[in-house]
Amino acid sequence: MNLSFSEEDLKFQDEVRSFIAENYPADIKNKMDNGIPVSKDDIQTWQRILSKKGWFAVNWPEEYGGTGWSITQKHIFQNELADANTPTLVPFGVSMCGPVVYTFGTQEQKDRFLPGIINNDVWWCQGYSEPGSGSDLASLKTKAVKDGDHYIVNGTKTWTTMAQHADWIFCLVRTETTDIKQQGISFLLIDMKTPGVEVKPIITIDGSHEVNMVYLDNVKVPVENLIGEEGAGWNIAKFLLAHERTGIGGIPALKREIRRLREITSELPLGEGFLKDDELFMDKLNKLEIDLLAAEYSELRTLAAMSKGGHPGPESSILKIKGTDLQQGLSDLFVEALGYYAHPFMSEDDLISNEGRIGPDFAANVMPHYLNYRKVSIYGGSNEIQRNVIAKAVLGI
Amino acid sequence: MDFSLSEEQLLLKDSITTFVDKDYLFDVRQKNIKTELGYSSDFWKTFADLGWLGMPFSEADGGYNGGPIDLMVIMESLGRGLVVEPYIPNVVLAGGLVSRLGSEEQKTELLPKIISGEIQMSVAFSEPQSRFDLNDVITSAKKEGDSYILDGYKAVVMNGPSSNNIIVVARTSGNQLDKEGLSLFIVDPSSKGVSLRNYSNVDGSKASEITLEKVSTPASSLLGNEGDAFSALEEVIDLATLAISAEAVGIMEKMNEITLEYTKTREQFGETLSSFQALQHRMVDTFMAYEQTKSLLLMCAAKLTDKSDDARKAVSALKYQVGIAAKHVGEESVQLHGGMGVTDETNIGHYFKRLTTIRAIFGNTDYHLKRYSAL
Repeated sequence: MNLSFSEEDLKFQDEVRSFIAENYPADIKNKMDNGIPVSKDDIQTWQRILSKKGWFAVNWPEEYGGTGWSITQKHIFQNELADANTPTLVPFGVSMCGPVVYTFGTQEQKDRFLPGIINNDVWWCQGYSEPGSGSDLASLKTKAVKDGDHYIVNGTKTWTTMAQHADWIFCLVRTETTDIKQQGISFLLIDMKTPGVEVKPIITIDGSHEVNMVYLDNVKVPVENLIGEEGAGWNIAKFLLAHERTGIGGIPALKREIRRLREITSELPLGEGFLKDDELFMDKLNKLEIDLLAAEYSELRTLAAMSKGGHPGPESSILKIKGTDLQQGLSDLFVEALGYYAHPFMSEDDLISNEGRIGPDFAANVMPHYLNYRKVSIYGGSNEIQRNVIAKAVLGI
Repeated sequence: MDFSLSEEQLLLKDSITTFVDKDYLFDVRQKNIKTELGYSSDFWKTFADLGWLGMPFSEADGGYNGGPIDLMVIMESLGRGLVVEPYIPNVVLAGGLVSRLGSEEQKTELLPKIISGEIQMSVAFSEPQSRFDLNDVITSAKKEGDSYILDGYKAVVMNGPSSNNIIVVARTSGNQLDKEGLSLFIVDPSSKGVSLRNYSNVDGSKASEITLEKVSTPASSLLGNEGDAFSALEEVIDLATLAISAEAVGIMEKMNEITLEYTKTREQFGETLSSFQALQHRMVDTFMAYEQTKSLLLMCAAKLTDKSDDARKAVSALKYQVGIAAKHVGEESVQLHGGMGVTDETNIGHYFKRLTTIRAIFGNTDYHLKRYSAL
């Protein structure tokens, strides 16, 4: 057992740190540091910078453009990205569609779709949930009927994150109605420009436009866009959910945020002193920090096991639950730290204007973030569903 | 980054697990804890023969050069078996202090006998008012000629009743809470002025209340330099905190297994308990509590091995987490057993009792959260 960084690891850390310092665009950094929402262009600019360096599809096998890094190197890389407060990488292409294509796709499909993902020329979104199918994903009803060399797709997808920016959507569709609902599901890639695809925004309680409804009305999709065999989509969905859940814990960003909150406790006035003098508040902060430390090492244990050849299995459900608990817990502590100053509502225009913000500089994002983060225990399979997964797979019930 | 155990460590784990599963049966343990000694001297001999008692000592001292990770492996396995034999008081506490501070003569006299299991020792560090603060010591030692005179009271001394020698923490100078001025004395409990009130703890272990009244002990019984014991004591207690946390992790792992097995066989309303989702989710939560604690245990063992700057902070993070998880896993395991969980004949309640005393040993959650914040 050895958990310390080797000389080479430390050298790698320096290399990553200098690369970010030299290449992270100042205008994007300014937005990130000041809580101003980043645009699609900002995200793509940053992702392309990483991609050009060969540091974007970090987890992919080397033959498809991955890094071949060790677990420790990946850990260092994620921590450095988070430390520098760079925009979160959008997972739908690189962490989700990509692994599905190189794992289940034909050579032709790999050649066609992987370059667009790794070079950031194509923006993907995920068509899983439907109005009638939330946690019970397998009950989905979107139908794809084969008609010669095409499928005709009809149905509605919902909670589709960033669909307003997307060029393509990967969808679970029903190609056959069977007694067992997990059967007859297929994995289909659809060009968002196809006639019959319509995107409508859903505004969430924080006032942001992140998720959408995607209506599919007689959408004609070539059969060569089917990944894997017809009817084998549920296996791909399960593979993908496990992949999705490991990163979902967001541990590196939590480490940065908790450090930030600790700094804030020395800045926020309280009576004749500062918030840090409030022992009850600091207790909560310290407890959360210990919990985070445990989650971080749990994630490292899982990654170490994966590096020995395993796929992320049910352990990823544990990381999802712990990580999202912590994300919500920390976002709540930020709200508590601010007291009344968590309440003023600031629009994006207010944030950019020169009028000056209301309350402490960082305050504007705190309540929206808390409200927005109610989603994390719901998406990617609600935390109750994760407990069902663990009960079945780990406890053998 | 590598979390796997070495081949030697796997063998060590395997040998203790085999002993626990084959020989350390629950009803044998229950009989042993009711004897006056409170444990089995045959088993203690086995521990010595298999090399477990010599593990943490250097080769020069006759040991096997084991580090914190080896200690973790031993205690996790002993925890699974609910082993009551006093490994921590003898090997980690007393042995740890003698090997760190002892003169050549003291080491030659005591360490081979600890390693061979010939003698029993303990460390008297706590007092009624001190709780977990190692520096809070009223018991005094005053030099008179070639001797020191000890006066004071020591509380809940683990393994006190069987000890041939007790290492007493006493103040040679300074005020009650000073870290400076603490000294260690190796005291023969049959000396004049030493009286022990011996008793059993709820977890089956034995302990003593020790009164020291004008006890004269020779200057040669001083362990380490006069007035300079605090940092070594703290270091040894930190290592013992890792050890008892590992024991707790082993206990929690075992309790989760026992409980899961019970819910898979016990039927109510025509179905096994494990088929009820309300209970499944609670078992998932106790499983996660165990996993979180195990992660911090591994982290802490690695940091102590590396002598990291933040190793002490890691010890407090771990023991805080142990306290939280022990209460959660312990209480839930009893609840999921229903009435059987509160009977003396079922093993789960005995695991629960040990897990509950561990919550306070070497500092409870409040103590370690404060220490974590201060470091």
